[in-house]
Formats: sequence, structure tokens, C-alpha cells
Amino acid sequence: MNIHLGRGFAQKDGPHAEAMAERKMLLDSTLDSVEVAETEVLGAAREIGFHEDDLHQLGMAVRESMVNAVVHGNRYNARKKVHLSVTKEIDRLTIVIADEGDGFDPNSVPDPLAEGNLLRQSGRGLLLIRAFVDEFQVLPGQPRGTEVRMVKYLAKAS
Amino acid sequence: MSVKISHRQVGDVTVVDAAGRITLGEGASVFRDLIRDLAAKGNKKILINLNEVSYIDSSGIGEMVSSFTTVTNHGGQLKLLGLTKRVKDLLQITKLYTVFEVFEDESSAVRSFA
Repeated sequence: MNIHLGRGFAQKDGPHAEAMAERKMLLDSTLDSVEVAETEVLGAAREIGFHEDDLHQLGMAVRESMVNAVVHGNRYNARKKVHLSVTKEIDRLTIVIADEGDGFDPNSVPDPLAEGNLLRQSGRGLLLIRAFVDEFQVLPGQPRGTEVRMVKYLAKAS
Repeated sequence: MSVKISHRQVGDVTVVDAAGRITLGEGASVFRDLIRDLAAKGNKKILINLNEVSYIDSSGIGEMVSSFTTVTNHGGQLKLLGLTKRVKDLLQITKLYTVFEVFEDESSAVRSFA
């Protein structure tokens, strides 16, 4: 069962607290959660004014990250959750997706743009995420797993 | 909406009309199964019409690449028709424009197989 942590977006503390709101969710390791996360992020993105093409890119980045967390990180394990955090600010949306898997080294993924890899069936997810958000980090999860952090700026939106 | 796929013959070219979303799960597997079936039955000229495809994720792209390889290994050709701007962007980001032959209109695409 997917769990919404808190009702709606919570105001954050800090110097720009009035302009920040964060929402956290605990999601099951299922493909349905991919849809839930995409819907959640796109709802927040619409509220701060992202346009249609940027919404498409954000949705795609979230889908790819969620698929990585559910399929490769948690391996559909029903006992493991995917942690989603969406933070709205005036000029940006920050999305953090963390799994409870065994961890992952992004450098271990063969370059999908190398001539010899173009016909590989998989391995393009990270490439697409990087293309569709302004900032992208892959970090070790705490205490385990993998955490990806994505930021898309409204000001840079087309 | 997941993907809807049908196919028709235009001369000796099999045109596969896809609509909806080709994504991990049912969408990608439906696409894969149809192309493999067509290739196994000896269809060697396959044109994928993506004009009504609204969304493809990395799994969907992977299935298109896999389909290309399958058809090529059967001695055939697989080409693409009617890409939306978003799908074109994906092919550019992934450099797959260098792999697939892409056409804007069906008659030119069909003639290209001759």
C-alpha cells in the first residue's frame, strides 16, 4: 500500500520557508507506483507553472527514476519501499527518489551513445533523465540503496 | 492508454500502426511480441508508424532497437514512419537517428523498400 506522509505539501523551515513546500510519500515496489509518482510530480509542477513540454520531460525523468528504483533497486520486493520527496519552490521543483536496494554505481552503466552500444536493448534511462532535468545526482542511499536527486528550474523552462 | 497496435499490408510492406504509450510493461511487450511474430512469419519489410504514439520510455526505445535487430537478423528491414517531435527528440538524444531510417510520409517509406 502506498503511504502519503502528511496531508498535502508541508511548509519547510529555513530562510525561504514561505516559498518552499515538501511532500513525502512511501511507495510500493510496483509499476503502479511509477504512475503514482509521475502523477504526484506533474501535479506539483503544474502548480508552479511548468509548461507542457517541460511537464513531459519531468514526467519522463520521474518515470525512468522510479523504474530504476522499483525494478533494479528494490527488484519488486514487497518488503522494500521507494521514498519519494517532491519540493516546490517558486522557481524550481526538486524530486528525490530513493530505493532500499543494494546500491548502484552509475559509472557501471555502459555508455549508451558509444558506437558499439547503440543496439543494446537497455541502459538509456540515466541518459534520458540527464537530458530532461537541470540537475541530476545519484547518491548512496541512507542507510542503504540509491538516492537520485533531480532539479528542474522554471526559469530555464522553454 | 497503453499501446494499441494493428498491422496491414501495403504491397509487400507490412505497416504496423501503433497508438498510445510504449512503456515498460504491457505496452512494450505487446509491441515486441507483434514484431517478433511478423519476423518469424517471414515478413521482411516492416514499417512502424508511430504517428499516434504519444509517449515512449527507455523500455519502449529498447523494444524498438530489439525489434530492429530481430528483423535484421531475419534478413529483413525495419523502418520508422511519422515520428512526433517528442519521439524525434528521443532518437536524437539516444543517437538512434543513426540506426533507424525515418520517413515523414508513408508512400515514400513504402517505396524505399523496393
